[in-house]
Amino acid sequence: MELSGGEILIQCLKDEGVEFIFGYPGGSVLHIYDALFQQDAVKHILVRHEQGATHAADGYARVTGKPGVVLVTSGPGATNTVTGIATAYMDSIPMVVFTGQVPRPVIGSDAFQEADIVGITRPCVKHNFLVNDVSKLAETVKKAFYIATTGRPGPVLVDIPKDVTDPRIKIPYEYPSVVSLRSYHPQSKGHRGQIKRAAEMLLSARRLMIYSGGGVVLGNGSDELTELTRWLGAPITNTLMGLGAYPGTDRQFVGMLGMHGTYEANMAMHECDVLLAIGARFDDRVTGKLAEFCPDAKIIHIDVDPASISKTVRVDVPIVGDVAPVLRELLDLLKSSGQKPDAEALMAWWQRVEFWRSLNCLQYERSNEVIKPQFVIEQLYEVTAGDAIITSDVGQHQMWTAQYYKFNQPRRWLNSGGLGTMGYGMPAAIGAKLACPDREVACVTGEASIQMCIQELGTALQYMTPIKIINLNNRFMGMVRQWQEFIYESRYSHSYMDTIPDFVKLAQAYGHVGMKIEKPGEVRQALEEAFKLKDRVVFLDFITDPTENVYPMIEAGKAHHDMRLAPGTNSARELA
Amino acid sequence: MRHIISILIENESGALSRVAGLFSARSYNIESLTVAPTEDATLSRMTLVTFGSDEIVEQITKQLNKLIDVVKLIDISLSDHIERELMMVKVRAEGGTREEVKRLADIFRGNIVDVTPTTYVIEVTGEKSKLDAFLQTVDSTDILEVVRSGATGILRGDKGLYL
Repeated sequence: MELSGGEILIQCLKDEGVEFIFGYPGGSVLHIYDALFQQDAVKHILVRHEQGATHAADGYARVTGKPGVVLVTSGPGATNTVTGIATAYMDSIPMVVFTGQVPRPVIGSDAFQEADIVGITRPCVKHNFLVNDVSKLAETVKKAFYIATTGRPGPVLVDIPKDVTDPRIKIPYEYPSVVSLRSYHPQSKGHRGQIKRAAEMLLSARRLMIYSGGGVVLGNGSDELTELTRWLGAPITNTLMGLGAYPGTDRQFVGMLGMHGTYEANMAMHECDVLLAIGARFDDRVTGKLAEFCPDAKIIHIDVDPASISKTVRVDVPIVGDVAPVLRELLDLLKSSGQKPDAEALMAWWQRVEFWRSLNCLQYERSNEVIKPQFVIEQLYEVTAGDAIITSDVGQHQMWTAQYYKFNQPRRWLNSGGLGTMGYGMPAAIGAKLACPDREVACVTGEASIQMCIQELGTALQYMTPIKIINLNNRFMGMVRQWQEFIYESRYSHSYMDTIPDFVKLAQAYGHVGMKIEKPGEVRQALEEAFKLKDRVVFLDFITDPTENVYPMIEAGKAHHDMRLAPGTNSARELA
Repeated sequence: MRHIISILIENESGALSRVAGLFSARSYNIESLTVAPTEDATLSRMTLVTFGSDEIVEQITKQLNKLIDVVKLIDISLSDHIERELMMVKVRAEGGTREEVKRLADIFRGNIVDVTPTTYVIEVTGEKSKLDAFLQTVDSTDILEVVRSGATGILRGDKGLYL
């Protein structure tokens, strides 16, 4: 089969089993778009801005576990993808981004729509390529998918000069079935001796804490994690990225940890004597003050990325490998050891944890007058029976969703945890809905975040992705306002927009349903109505309490036991 | 502590900037960086001199290993190794200083590789400390120009960095 470069690329995508490609055409990719036009196996989703393409591909990847694929043109098309690529990079999301490039003879001449996208993205991709010959295109695409999806996943960018896709130049096509890179050998099996040491340490623990992150979701290790946690009987906390990896409604689950984690999760971190960290990277929002992080604990860390181990916190038992097989091996070792965790110690530990839990740190002041944002999330949880795919943007609404929507399954909670990208939520919801058309998908957002990628409302109509947008409209960049209240004596410097669009009319202008909800009593009904509209995008504009803050909060640089609790909540120290 | 990291890296365009970019992005120190192709045209060998605590150097080697283009690396300063750097110094050599400079060059086993009526170019090879010592010995007002290659190195014995 003789194909041109443009045809080769599309054929590679078919051979790779790609369902959707999120993109936007332009000069340098016209040959590719022409090849795309002449087939219908790979469905193209035309976004309204290239950033939206990357977030939608990212959302698709997070719910399916398959790589998200993006196609954009050179120059501004390529640079517009940078935020989405960096978002995927920080959260280890498999993604392959194809960018057009100006023809080889003019590269480096400041040609029209030329940008050195390989150079620009180098620090935020797992790897990138410039294809300098059509004969290398298929092999490069194969490598890109292989690198993006193996080991610690991440985005890979392939930059393709226009003349490489010239329809007049055809070459024999064959998609390589395997690829081997002498410089890249991701490790999947853990070191047996280390796993043994971990098992011994776990059995010797008197106050064991399990801390798991996004790696368990990405590595499909939820079943193993759940089984191991139940066998050990210890409390477990999930990071923001790890929510859903362990059932959020289970008794052993003590909530999210970190800056806006629960009192019980953070206190248990502070007082544990053995910490089992799985697929987590000791991010600063999780650890708080490093010098006082888990002061009494021996630490076991399982991660596929050796560079994540002992990066910020020195660990005692490092295990490099894929979480699922490592956890399976660990579990088998524990079960065959003939030993059990010390029941007495476990009971005493749980007494302590339950005491912390009894302080009910997520309680908030109810109101019949003004809509409390937490209340909206609780209602959303009930109306969707806790079973929806939820995306979010970044800020207070993101934290409230993480706190109040109890995810029982992995790959249901999509948010930009690492980079913290406002504008992520809606396009990610579109990608998720395309991947799972039969599942409810809601985007929880705020009036500031949603405006960062609002144009994708057009995409949602064109491809009939009936997502529900839960806009917690408090007229502030809430998290910025909260920090300004706490740290800058309420000097609200530019965290308020004097003009906010009428979101109901805006939604209608894009062909969707818009609702404005101003009273707590209307929240439930509005949500029920919205989710009944199965084939419509519904924009629910909830006018919420502008003064509400996210609690608990560990202010930057403070330790786990140094939490700021909601007014009216007593800490253990105060009760003692 | 000072570390010398030897890296075998794919001889691809952009490979050098991946390494250099990693160091700037993560605020690691680079004292020197040298790179050239090896006997295998598909591979370059890079010698990178850095300094930092054990934790930081451990991160540096892990992050370097994570780069897809990096095939293999070792920290040669952790084993018995040979370190060499090439330096060329252009000095003013007139009148009485001509003889003095030549004597100094001899002491350091340097070669005078270019001579004009007013200048010498002296080539000195050795460890960083030796080259530093030479520069300190020559009267700084006589030094016109210094160029140093940055350190390269190799392990002694049959251990080494090869595929």
